Amino acid sequence: MTFKPEHEIYKRRFGRNVGLGLVLVGFVGVVFGLTVVKVTRVGQVQGFDHVVRPELLPQPGATKP
Amino acid sequence: MSDTQAIGQAGEAGFGDYVALLKPRVMSLVVFTALVGLLVAPSPVHPFVAMASILFIALGAGASGALNMWWDADIDSVMKRTARRPVPSGKVQPGEALGFGLALSGISVVMLALSSNLFAAGLLAFTIFFYAVVYSMWLKRATPQNIVIGGAAGAFPPMIGWAVATGGVSIESLLMFAIIFMWTPPHFWALALFMKEDYHTAGVPMLTVTHGRRATRVHILVYTLLLVPVAIGAAFTSIGGPIYLVTALALNGWFVWGAYRIWRRDEVQAEADKYAVEKSVFRFSLSYLFLHFGAFLAEAALRPYGIGGW
Repeated sequence: MTFKPEHEIYKRRFGRNVGLGLVLVGFVGVVFGLTVVKVTRVGQVQGFDHVVRPELLPQPGATKP
Repeated sequence: MSDTQAIGQAGEAGFGDYVALLKPRVMSLVVFTALVGLLVAPSPVHPFVAMASILFIALGAGASGALNMWWDADIDSVMKRTARRPVPSGKVQPGEALGFGLALSGISVVMLALSSNLFAAGLLAFTIFFYAVVYSMWLKRATPQNIVIGGAAGAFPPMIGWAVATGGVSIESLLMFAIIFMWTPPHFWALALFMKEDYHTAGVPMLTVTHGRRATRVHILVYTLLLVPVAIGAAFTSIGGPIYLVTALALNGWFVWGAYRIWRRDEVQAEADKYAVEKSVFRFSLSYLFLHFGAFLAEAALRPYGIGGW
């Protein structure tokens, strides 16, 4: 069994494709990093609507029911 | 020969050609001044947000560079200095450069809005518009004052950096803008004096072509004198301090002396030493800007130790 020979365009555009791939991976990394920073800096929020609900936080001295 | 070979040419664009469309050398100045604007601002910014914001400001600057190269391909092809750029050399098609520039403009503005704030993103959008439309399309071929007004586009990055941190404008950010704005004309006119063939061939109405070389020498001196109070005045704001003041006094004294020497000469003298003075002032003007902003940075860096600032 023989593999179909690779088309020359893959060789010709190899550098360009690798470069674009790295840029896209970098972009994903930046967006992910920004998301982590933004979310962790907001503080305590309820996941559903991103609104702070202090009444949900455990009160000091309160005992579990 | 296959169909793909027919499309692909010997001069096909590589990754580096797309990077060249972003004018990386201009971008490095944008990154530096925007970073200084961000770091000297009174409100601290999370390091990752700062890094991402600077990246998107640089991307926006690169996008405007690509749009400029698309619009100016005809000029670039006749100027020796720019003939090898990706569009005039045929490696990147004009339509590709336009699409690339527009796409990156959109991405950079939206991402800056998400990473920092809407004001900074709006300022970046305006900067791209100013460079690509106001400077490249309207002014560059219409008036010899193109450099003066176009200089505003290069002056916005520290204001955007400041806006990333503070969400607004202040006297400090306006002064950083004014320093680059007033510095641009003498910087470029010094270049135009010794690159005369290029601009003349391209038919760009540079001051040297429209008003003559004597008038350009006078303009360099006048704009340098107007730059001095702006650059030294910044020393007395919240981002200035003794280090900046000493740096600014020395650099401005030197720059005025250089502009005076350019003004004093005529073409015969300049031709005789192959524009040595003009070339040295041009080179010095690069350090001038770098060191002013470096001094702002030094003031901000030393402030926690009680040394920087007043």
